[in-house]
Amino acid sequence: MVPPMQKSRPQPTTRQYPILARRIDWTAYLYILPAFVILVVFHIFPVFYAIDISLNTGPINKFKFVGLQNYVRALSTSDFWTALVNTFSFALMTIVSAIVLGLLFAYLLYQGVRGQSFYRTIYFLPYVLSTVGSSIVWAWVFDPSSGLANLALKYLGVPPLRWLIEPLGIFQLIGRQFNVTVPAWMHGPSLALIAIAIFTVWQTVGYDIVIFLAGLTNIPGEIYEAARMDGANSWQLFRFITFPLLSPTLFFVLVISVIGSFQSFNQIYSMNIAAAQTLGGPLGTTYTMTVYMFDQLYTYSNYGYASAVAVLLSALILVLTMINFRFVGPRTEAWESRE
Amino acid sequence: MLMFNKDRIIHILKRLLVHLILLTGALLALFPFVWMVLTSLKSYIEASAAQSFFPTHWLFSNYQQAWNQVGLFPRYFENTLLMAIATTLGVLITSSLAGYAFARMRFPGKDALFIILLSTMMVPFEVTLIPNFILMRDLHWIDHYEALIIPWTASAFSIFLLRQFFKAIPSELYDAAVLDGCNHFQFLWSIVLPLSRPALITSALFSFLGSWNSLMWPLLVTNNPMMRPLQVGITSFITDAGTEVQYLLAAVTISVIPVILIYFLLQRWFIEGVARVGIRG
Repeated sequence: MVPPMQKSRPQPTTRQYPILARRIDWTAYLYILPAFVILVVFHIFPVFYAIDISLNTGPINKFKFVGLQNYVRALSTSDFWTALVNTFSFALMTIVSAIVLGLLFAYLLYQGVRGQSFYRTIYFLPYVLSTVGSSIVWAWVFDPSSGLANLALKYLGVPPLRWLIEPLGIFQLIGRQFNVTVPAWMHGPSLALIAIAIFTVWQTVGYDIVIFLAGLTNIPGEIYEAARMDGANSWQLFRFITFPLLSPTLFFVLVISVIGSFQSFNQIYSMNIAAAQTLGGPLGTTYTMTVYMFDQLYTYSNYGYASAVAVLLSALILVLTMINFRFVGPRTEAWESRE
Repeated sequence: MLMFNKDRIIHILKRLLVHLILLTGALLALFPFVWMVLTSLKSYIEASAAQSFFPTHWLFSNYQQAWNQVGLFPRYFENTLLMAIATTLGVLITSSLAGYAFARMRFPGKDALFIILLSTMMVPFEVTLIPNFILMRDLHWIDHYEALIIPWTASAFSIFLLRQFFKAIPSELYDAAVLDGCNHFQFLWSIVLPLSRPALITSALFSFLGSWNSLMWPLLVTNNPMMRPLQVGITSFITDAGTEVQYLLAAVTISVIPVILIYFLLQRWFIEGVARVGIRG
């Protein structure tokens, strides 16, 4: 059916005024229906259901309402706080290293080196491989007796380390090397957690490289030309042109990384198993919030309590994301750069 | 003519340094994978001692052994293949339709619905895990393919990606199609989708990879070994025994081959898709 042409308006000159723009398409609801049914049933409704479950205790079908008791219990358990600290250390280590390394490699690739797309393809490869598969290989890299990590340390003259089975904190280990006793509150993340973080960075840095490289490519070349004419050196070019113009991309990567790293589970779970550790081991030093939640759910069937932990984790991620948008976002002009 | 002045030499040295760093990175990215393939071809003694880099005898028979001995490997493989393909098809269908509605159609509540859609991307997977697990029990979907597939057949991310792509298609094309008597569905099917191949490939690849590599969900909703996908099967094999490493690594290698093949065949679109989503935020 051909709709009537608009008469009162002059001939449309821009894309904003296609012929049918003013008519309501009631069929649109049919188009979004399949997606929304799935999303509402399995991704939106469960959020509210999770909050509901978190207010109960006992086995499924015999839930008993206990109010905020699960939350009180979580916040007063030292296991929870340990998991929280581990989660933060893990996030800090992986986010900072992946962003710094990603930026470095993207910047080098951006210099127009030969084989740019070859390198890019290789760097991205670890991202597509399964965590389970890669973790088995990395558990071997970190093997205390025959692993590559200790082989590399031997060349550097450093005594072998126990990596994935080492519960001692990194600063504690360093202190011990120099016969210094480090106070307990600054032992730092265990070497086991650091090893898993190294593996995680290896796995995810390719994603950051690809996104940074795309962001760099979007910066118009004329700006560099102009700055060079004004006599800027390469550090100044990076500091005053690349960095500010790349900051929306940096912001995007930061937001995605925060959300992703606080949700990390597969890397830790697989590495624990591949290194023959119990969940969250050694000595609970790789217990993060997700692992803690999973353990409560899978091992102990504490549905209510596990839900409370999950809700707290979600709230934490939400708050951190809001902080990002509120305080980091405006500094990056992320909004102006959007279409 | 070659000019060996100071600037030129510094320039060459810089280039060399850049390539040195880039190559080191590439080696680090590839090395674990290469090592895995080489170890999967060694004998048990050689594999567990990890003395030499290359196998003294290349035991390709390890692959046959892995196929037959690592749990119910062929069955895991089948399960994963079915799960990944079905999930991907589901995502493509639901996202094309919804993405089109959000890109092209006018309807009350569009903006609000779109914001709800985007907010589901922020919900951590963990919080929906327990309710979904209970839901699966109530629906009697535990140990059924429905549990592995149906909850993942819609993706806010894919809808968003496709909507961005569809929006970029000039509306003049739509006007012309309408004048030729096309309705929305015909326009979507015969013009929009063929023009959006890169976006479709990207969301297909993301769904396929996500499904192929998924671990926590299948771990929860499968108890019966016959229903396990690869990742779960392989993890349970690790815990089972003083595992024969070479078979385990052969199994892992088989499990990543489909992903690597697809990645190398389609990597141009994939990486562009990642970059585009990254930039558009």
